[in-house]
Amino acid sequence: MKEMVCIVCPKGCHMKVERNQEEWIVTGNSCNRGKLYAIEEQRNPSRVVPTTVAVSHGMHPRLPVKTARPIPKQLIRRAMEEISKVEVDAPIEQGQVIIENLLGTGVDVVASRRMNRV
Amino acid sequence: MRKVIHYELVVIGGGPGGLAAAVEARESGVKSIAVIERDTELGGILQQCIHNGFGLTEFKEELTGPEYAERFIRELERGGIDVMLNTMVMELHHDRRLVVTSAEKGITEIHAGAVILAMGCRERTRGAIAIPGTRPAGVMTAGTAQRYINVEGYRVGERVVILGSGDIGLIMARRLTLEGAKVLAVAEVMPFSGGLMRNIVQCLEDYEIPLLLSHTVTDIIGRDRVEGVVLQQVDEKLNPIPGTEKRYECDTLLLSVGLIPENELSRMAGIQIDPMTRGPRVNEQMETSVPGIFACGNVVHVHDLVDFVTEESRCAGRAAAQKVLAKAEVADPPKIEIQTIAGTGIGYVMPQRITQAGAADRVTLMMRVKKVYKGAEISVSADDREILRKPFGHLAPGEMVRLDLSSGLVPSGSRTIGIEVIEKQ
Repeated sequence: MKEMVCIVCPKGCHMKVERNQEEWIVTGNSCNRGKLYAIEEQRNPSRVVPTTVAVSHGMHPRLPVKTARPIPKQLIRRAMEEISKVEVDAPIEQGQVIIENLLGTGVDVVASRRMNRV
Repeated sequence: MRKVIHYELVVIGGGPGGLAAAVEARESGVKSIAVIERDTELGGILQQCIHNGFGLTEFKEELTGPEYAERFIRELERGGIDVMLNTMVMELHHDRRLVVTSAEKGITEIHAGAVILAMGCRERTRGAIAIPGTRPAGVMTAGTAQRYINVEGYRVGERVVILGSGDIGLIMARRLTLEGAKVLAVAEVMPFSGGLMRNIVQCLEDYEIPLLLSHTVTDIIGRDRVEGVVLQQVDEKLNPIPGTEKRYECDTLLLSVGLIPENELSRMAGIQIDPMTRGPRVNEQMETSVPGIFACGNVVHVHDLVDFVTEESRCAGRAAAQKVLAKAEVADPPKIEIQTIAGTGIGYVMPQRITQAGAADRVTLMMRVKKVYKGAEISVSADDREILRKPFGHLAPGEMVRLDLSSGLVPSGSRTIGIEVIEKQ
């Protein structure tokens, strides 16, 4: 059995998850999303990675970006290295794809905001 | 002659509070609205909060700070609202006259039918907590570091100690780690964290960063640049315990030691300030003690979640619109208001005042407890008679509590609503 705190929402439910043969049993969660998170956290822990890339001709030197979906936790370091190699040129639209298929995960890196050209 | 312009509604601050209030006022029918923002763009602090976790309540999805801001900026851009960027409000008077200044337009006087205060808050600094030691470069607030890294693209340091376990400090511990710095420890003077549990898990535990509870910084070493800090354990009275000093070799000390609502303008206008929240005393309509001046968001009380700032700001926007559209001469507030009272275990309650009409309707109370409770009840009384009791599995000062008083729950004619924590035996 593993005790964990849910990070799906700010409520921070204290959950317990254990494996009963093929089935995962989750207690202490207050919603279904918490249950799914608890199970996923045992099978394949993953996170959305928010960071920045360099942008030229924008009003700021950095453009905030994020992985459009969670990526496996053990890939976070490599993802940071990969994303840090990128430099973009304004204008950028919010949601614009900055890196396609990051590290073969099938997940894109997208812009978190628009950056007008100045 | 100073130029004078008129608006039905002026919103001071273009962060999440001001944006939601202005949009809501427009949707409620106000035709002339100005949002005054001292920064170069709208969005406020959300623009540097690049992490995700915003909007779960409001949009039922997990957004980054800039994405959350962008939704409201786009709403605002649909028209009907003038935005004054790079513009600083210098004066606010109780009769809703403002003096504003900008490099472009100089000094302008604005007369407003109603004003919404949405100036937010600012961080406590080293000076506010009086850390001994030298004064080298490398000591900064967590929010300053956040702006340097996320917006301006500077590295703030290689080896970092963070004092204070507020959410910004926790978020920055993770951010610095991902950017290649080594975060040696997060020290918290209290025996519990001031941040959200989920942030302790996903920012510290995920990266094996130690959280040292009941610890504080008692010395800063270094002449030009920080060379180290001394952490020391504290006793129950928060006094450092001799013999527990431990030196950490680091080049940066980040402070995440609390936020203070920014109320210089409120004070100038003669608005009553609550000594606990350090924000205006408001009623359930978010109206301050000065009729026609409303307030919302972190300028009223410091929130954990922007979603609730949005909700509160919409309330202020609607109420200000009602006042403007009624075209009635701004009247004195009704004399018989219900006062909310923070009892045993409660740090503060917002709103501080409730109108009789408001009490008849549904009212949401927001509050913070003073310490951590594992299993407790919150009891609400009207004139000392209990009207509601609700159990909580977990209560902590870092997590705001919301309680809805449903319509009809508060007996009409009540004078006080008291809230207290009842510990389970």
